[in-house]
Amino acid sequence: MQLPIDPEVEERIARLEIPFNAQGVDPYGVSKKHLGVFLSMLKFLYRTYFSVEARGVERVPKRGRAMLVGNHSGGIAIDGAMVITSMLLEMDPPRLAQGMVEKFMNQTPFMSQWSNRTGQFTGLPEHAVRLLEDDRLLMVFPEGARGTAKLYKERYSLVQFGTGFMRLALKTKTPIVPLAFLGGGDAVPTIANAYALGKLVGAPYVPITPWLVALPIPVKLEIQYGEPMTFEGTGTEEDEVIAQYVGQVKQKIADMIEAGRKRRRGE
Amino acid sequence: MRIVIPGIAGRLGRMLAERLLAAGHEVTGIDKRPWRDAPEGVEVHEVDIRKRAAEDVFRKKRPQAVIHMATVTHLVHQSEDRYRINLGGTRAVFDYSRQYGVEHVVFVGRHTFYGAAADSPLYHSEDEPPMALQHFPELADLVAADLYAGTALWRYPELVTTVLRMVYTLGPTGHGTLATFLKAGRVPTILGFDPLFQFMHEVDVVSALLVTLEKRVRGVFNVAGPQPVPFSVVCRETGRQVVPIPEPLFAAALGRFGLPKLPRGALGHLKYPVVVDDRAFRKATGYEHAIDESRAMREYKAAFPPVR
Repeated sequence: MQLPIDPEVEERIARLEIPFNAQGVDPYGVSKKHLGVFLSMLKFLYRTYFSVEARGVERVPKRGRAMLVGNHSGGIAIDGAMVITSMLLEMDPPRLAQGMVEKFMNQTPFMSQWSNRTGQFTGLPEHAVRLLEDDRLLMVFPEGARGTAKLYKERYSLVQFGTGFMRLALKTKTPIVPLAFLGGGDAVPTIANAYALGKLVGAPYVPITPWLVALPIPVKLEIQYGEPMTFEGTGTEEDEVIAQYVGQVKQKIADMIEAGRKRRRGE
Repeated sequence: MRIVIPGIAGRLGRMLAERLLAAGHEVTGIDKRPWRDAPEGVEVHEVDIRKRAAEDVFRKKRPQAVIHMATVTHLVHQSEDRYRINLGGTRAVFDYSRQYGVEHVVFVGRHTFYGAAADSPLYHSEDEPPMALQHFPELADLVAADLYAGTALWRYPELVTTVLRMVYTLGPTGHGTLATFLKAGRVPTILGFDPLFQFMHEVDVVSALLVTLEKRVRGVFNVAGPQPVPFSVVCRETGRQVVPIPEPLFAAALGRFGLPKLPRGALGHLKYPVVVDDRAFRKATGYEHAIDESRAMREYKAAFPPVR
């Protein structure tokens, strides 16, 4: 069965500056065909269902290594999916944002296949370093699973940031592009997280919404990209130094969330 | 150069012997298996590498280099004896080499050393330990042989030791684990998983061994050819019929319905990739592969047309 591929998506994938071989596969197993199917679906969500507004896309480097660092918003990974879509549809030339996903994804049938074929690899430092040294665009949510587990009332807050991304950015001399994602908490208003059920199905948790399942409702989503931030260092600094750098990124994201929140309220 | 090849009667051993002979080397082989139509100039001794007669070959020939290819995989050899062949044989090769003044020993190992696991990274580098052995005990002897060969680097500093971890072979001879797996008319896969497979053409395997001999590089190296491709692409390009089976049913279905028999541990290799980074080898030797993935798959398909 061949799923339909959107012509715009197809044209944009053709313009990706990634070395695909004769079978349309890159050295990491990213497949043109799978990207086409996956992003055709995401385009519908991006343009029609959520009508995502992306601001500051021009701040993302057109070429070379870069790390998108953002807040998690929404109990399921719609934030990451929409960032990937905005990088493909709105950048010129388009870029493929490659996320660092939770380990359980690679162990789950179909999710394993699709995440691998679309360049969304397990969040291992080895993967991050290799992709960055290969001048790819990495997408990181330093809040991790703690971030997607945020409840509705916590939707504009940030939980603790991991620090691994900063050490990797310093080690590979990668600019960090902070991003704020708004609205995911309205699309998937989590009232509770079922951790026991998650354990049963092999995921960290399962988000519960007023209508039980985490099916997102069509609310307007916003992605705000900030100016790239560069930090000097080697990645072997003391924890205090790293924590201070991470704090700067976190503050930048918090500021952008606050500004976006005011904008959404019409202030 | 005087070269001894334990394991010469295998497909790769024969190809290597012919190329070495053509390049003007003096080639002597040791193998339990016969090679009846061996080319003139290649002396083959039909003997177990661990036996005294094999040691005599070293004593009489006084080779300068040894290319050790006498290891067997779980697919070829199912018995307990495999452990003794791989580890005992490797030990014998190093003992004789040291005793009879060999200058360079090349251990031909496999990239499956690293194991296939959900949380192991794509592109293994040589400094990584072997993982996922607990799920695939059948590989333990090959891993042990590889690590044992590596100890020669510090135990016998006067001897140049090269440990090669080579990816799967795919080409018209149909030699190797991957090629053998594909030979069955129907190829089982695990539903919802499609790992990358990394392979190189047999001509490139032999070229890599020749350049190792020529450059006499010391150390442990991953050896690969073109980029890896998803298993579904390997099957499509070689015209195989894929049979996706849900994992719980997989173990039960093996060896039935025309499907090949596999050890349980092999399941991991159908779910997760084993892909190696070969930059160190290319840098140390200047090696470049000549045959890309498309041609390797095409040649395999032509030699082994799909059975319908």
